Amino acid sequence: MPLKRADKTPMSERDAELRSHDFVEVNEGYNFARARFEAERCLRCQDPVCIDGCPVRIPIPDFVHLIAAGDMAGAAKVLRSANPLPAICGRVCPQESQCEEQCSLGTRFVPVAIGYLERFVADWEMGQPAGEAPAQPTRAEKVAIIGSGPAGLVCAGELARLGHPVTIYEGLHAAGGVLRYGIPEFRLPKKVLDWEIEQLKRLGVEIVCNVIVGKTLSMDDLFEKMGYSAVFVGTGAGLPQFMGIPGENLNGVYSANEFLTRVNLMHANDFPNADTPVMVGKRVAVIGAGNTAMDTVRTALRVGAEKAMIVYRRSVAEMTARVEEHHHAIEEGVEFHWLTNPVEILGNKDGWVTGLKCISMELGEPDDSGRARPVPIEGSEFVLPVDNVVLSIGNRPNPLLLQTTKGLKSNKWGCLVVEDESAQTSLRHVFAGGDAVTGAATVILAAGAGKSAAAAIHADLCGE
Amino acid sequence: MARILEKRSLTPVTKLFRVESPLVAAAARPGQFIIVRVREGGERIPLTIADYDRDNGTLTIVVQEVGTTTGYLGALEVGDDILDLVGPLGMALEIPAGGHIVGIGGGFGAAALLCLMRELSARGDRTTIIIGAREKGLLILVEELADICDDLELCTDDGSAGFKGLVTERLAQLIGGDGPGRPDSVVAIGPMPMMRAVTDTTRDFGIPTLVSLDPLMIDGTGMCGGCRVTVNNEVKFACVDGPFFDAHQVDFEEAVRRNKMYVQQEQASKERAECRSLAMGQD
Ligand SMILES: Cc1cc2nc3c(=O)[nH]c(=O)nc-3n(C[C@H](O)[C@H](O)[C@H](O)COP(=O)(O)OP(=O)(O)OC[C@H]3O[C@@H](n4cnc5c(N)ncnc54)[C@H](O)[C@@H]3O)c2cc1C
Ligand SMILES: Cc1cc2nc3c(=O)[nH]c(=O)nc-3n(C[C@H](O)[C@H](O)[C@H](O)COP(=O)(O)OP(=O)(O)OC[C@H]3O[C@@H](n4cnc5c(N)ncnc54)[C@H](O)[C@@H]3O)c2cc1C
Ligand code: SF4
Ligand code: SF4
Ligand code: FES
Repeated sequence: MPLKRADKTPMSERDAELRSHDFVEVNEGYNFARARFEAERCLRCQDPVCIDGCPVRIPIPDFVHLIAAGDMAGAAKVLRSANPLPAICGRVCPQESQCEEQCSLGTRFVPVAIGYLERFVADWEMGQPAGEAPAQPTRAEKVAIIGSGPAGLVCAGELARLGHPVTIYEGLHAAGGVLRYGIPEFRLPKKVLDWEIEQLKRLGVEIVCNVIVGKTLSMDDLFEKMGYSAVFVGTGAGLPQFMGIPGENLNGVYSANEFLTRVNLMHANDFPNADTPVMVGKRVAVIGAGNTAMDTVRTALRVGAEKAMIVYRRSVAEMTARVEEHHHAIEEGVEFHWLTNPVEILGNKDGWVTGLKCISMELGEPDDSGRARPVPIEGSEFVLPVDNVVLSIGNRPNPLLLQTTKGLKSNKWGCLVVEDESAQTSLRHVFAGGDAVTGAATVILAAGAGKSAAAAIHADLCGE
Repeated sequence: MARILEKRSLTPVTKLFRVESPLVAAAARPGQFIIVRVREGGERIPLTIADYDRDNGTLTIVVQEVGTTTGYLGALEVGDDILDLVGPLGMALEIPAGGHIVGIGGGFGAAALLCLMRELSARGDRTTIIIGAREKGLLILVEELADICDDLELCTDDGSAGFKGLVTERLAQLIGGDGPGRPDSVVAIGPMPMMRAVTDTTRDFGIPTLVSLDPLMIDGTGMCGGCRVTVNNEVKFACVDGPFFDAHQVDFEEAVRRNKMYVQQEQASKERAECRSLAMGQD
C-alpha cells in the first residue's frame, strides 16, 4: 500500500495472533524513510497549537522539521531540552488527547504522528555511542528524592544537571516505579527504562533501592542524620482500590497492581525459572477500562488465559485507556462487556473463583464528572463464568509516608498538598510532584512535575 | 545487599542468621519484619526480625526451610550477601503494660519472641514464654529465651522436655491457675493451626490475644493487596496494618485458604530449585 499524505504513516506492528502469546513489543517503530515521510506531513504552522496540547511544551515543529531534514542529533537535542523521557512518552503518552488532538492537520486529515516521531528520535539516540561522562556535582546542597517513578527520575536528572548531588531512595528492589512494575514489556520494553536510568547514573545520580522512607528512614533522618538540604516526594499513587463487593478475597482475585507486579517486576511469566507464580485460569475478567485494565487484560492473554475480558460499568465512550491500547486489545481477541457492573464474585466450596455476577447498566444523566451516569437495569443480573477476577478500578496515593511524617498535609483523597508555583509541600524544603500530588495521572504529567520541582528546589537552595 | 556475619543451625531445617543492616537495625521495633530476595528472578519473602542490635547495626533472623526461597536462604553461608533486604515493615507490637503477658512460639515463631519479650520484660511486665516442638532436639533458642522472661515453659509432643503435650494444653493449664498463672494477654507467633488453637483456647476466657498473621506478600508496603486478611469483617493489608491482629476477630479460615493458593506452583518451584542446586553441585 503506497503511503498517502492525508493519512498517518502506519507504524509496523507485530502480528496480533503471534504477539498475544509473548511479551515482545507490539509497535516496531518507524524506519528512516517512514519517519521522514511522516515528518514532512507537518505544516510547520505559524501558530503551532500542537505545543499547547503537550504538558511539557515540546517545540514539536522544530524537532519534526529536523527529522525531515535528516538531522537526528539536532532533533534529539530539541526533544530532550523539553522532555527528559522521550523514548518513554513517545510510547505511552495519550497523544490522541494531547499534542495530536490539537494538531491543525487533524481538522481535515489525520494529525501528525507526533508520538511515533518522538519515539523514533529517542530510539535513534539510544543507539548512539555514549558520549563523554558528564560533569560531576559542583554544588554542596544535597537533595534526596523519594520514589523512582518518572517524577523522581526526572527531578533527579534535572537537579544533577544543575550541579546538585542527588540520591534517589526507592522502596522496591528495582527502580522505575510504574514504568517497572506496572506498564508491561510489550508496551514499554524494560531496556528503554534501563537506558534512561543508566543516563542518570552517568550524571552522578545515586540510586538506593530497598529503602522505604517512613520505615527505613524518616523524613527527619534525611535532613538531620543524612544532611540533605531538600527532599522531593515522588511516591506515586500505588494504593489499590477494591470495590467492597462480596467475594473479593476468594482465591483467584487480584488487584491489577498485584497481577502486574507478579509479571512485570517478579517475572511470573517465566515461572518456574523465576520463582514467583501467577495464577491464571482459562477465563479472566478484568474490571475497569483504564490503561491499567487494558495492560492487565492483555497480560492475562500472554500468561495463558484462553479468554480475557474487560468488564466496565460505563460505555466505550467513557473508557479512559489510550485509543491505541484499546485497538490492540481488540486485535488480540479481548472481549468487552460494556455497561456491565460486577455485583459479586462467586466461588466454589474450596474458595476458588467460579464466576462474576454482573448487572447490566444503561446511561442516564451526566454526573459530576460530566460523563453519563450508568444506572442499573433492574432484574438484568447474569453470571459470567470466570476463573480469575482482576480489579482495576483505580489507585490512590500510598498513605505510608504521610502517616509517618508530622506536618505533611494532604487532601481528602490522600494527595499531598503543594503550592502550585513551587511544588513545595506544607513542610519547608520538602517538595512533591507526580501521582502523589495529582492522584493517578500520566507519565508526562509526572515527568513535567519532576522537572518544574527541580527548578523550584534549585531556587530554594541557591536563591536563584 | 546485606552481608551474613553469623550462621547457626538450630535444627536440621532451621537456621539463624545475623546480618549486617544498619539502617533497618536502627529503625526496627519488636514485632516488625523484613522482606528479602535471595537471587535474580527470586521471590520476595517476609521474615520476622527476631532481634536487632542498633550498636552493631545487625539483625537476627531465623528461617525455617519450607520451600524454594527459604531453601536458597538456608544454603547461604557467612560472608555471603542477601541480595535484597528491606524493612522494617509492618507495625510494632503494642500491648498494654503492667500485666502478665504470655508469648507463645511455634517453629520460627519462638525466635520472633526474642526482642519482643525482652522489651516487655524490660519495661516491667511479668513475662512467660511457652514454646513447643515435636521433641526436645527441635526446641530452639531455649537458653536465650530463658534469659529474657520470668518463666519459660517448654512443651514436647513426646515429653522429652518439659510438659508432654501441645502449647495450647499448657496454656489452658496456666489459664486455670497453674505454674506462672493466668495471663492478662497472649501473643502467639507460629504456624496458622497453632495460632488458631491458641485463639480458641483464650476466646472463652476473654483473654486479649494477638496473633502475627503470615499471608503471602510481595511488596510489603500496601501496593499490591496480596496480603489482605479479614479482621472484624474488615479487609486489612497485613503488611501495613499488621502483622499483629486481634486474634478473636481474625477470619482464620480465609487466611489459611489464601495461603494455600499456590501449593501446586510452590511444589513445581521447589523441584526446579532442587534441580538447580544439584546442577550447581556437579560443576
Ligand atoms: C498499569 C499502568 C499503566 C499505565 N499506563 C500509562 C500510559 O500508557 N500512559 C501514561 O501516561 N500513564 C500511564 N499510567 C500512569 C503512569 O504510569 C503514572 O501516572 C506515573 O507512573 C506516575 O509517576 P510517579 O513518578 O508519580 O509515580 P510512580 O510511577 O508510581 O512511582 C513511585 C515510586 O515511588 C516508590 N515509593 C513509594 N513510596 C515510597 C517510600 N515511602 N519510600 C521509597 N519509595 C517509595 C514506589 O515504589 C514507586 O517506585 C499507567 C499506570 C499503570 C499502573
Ligand atoms: C510477617 C511474616 C513474618 C514471617 N516470619 C518468618 C520467619 O521469621 N521465619 C520463617 O522461616 N518464616 C517466616 N514467615 C513465613 C515465610 O515468609 C514463608 O515461609 C516463606 O515465604 C516461604 O517461602 P518459600 O519459597 O521457601 O516456600 P514456598 O514455596 O512459598 O512454600 C513452600 C511450602 O511451605 C508452605 N508454607 C508457606 N508459608 C508457610 C509458613 N508461614 N509456615 C509454614 N509453611 C509455610 C507452603 O504452603 C508450601 O507448601 C513469615 C511470614 C510473614 C507474612
Ligand atoms: S510528550 Fe507526550 S504530549 Fe508531549 S509531544 Fe510527546 S507525545 Fe505529545
Ligand atoms: S499543529 Fe500539527 S501540523 Fe502544525 S506544527 Fe504542530 S504538528 Fe505540525
Ligand atoms: S504485600 Fe503487597 S500490599 Fe501487603
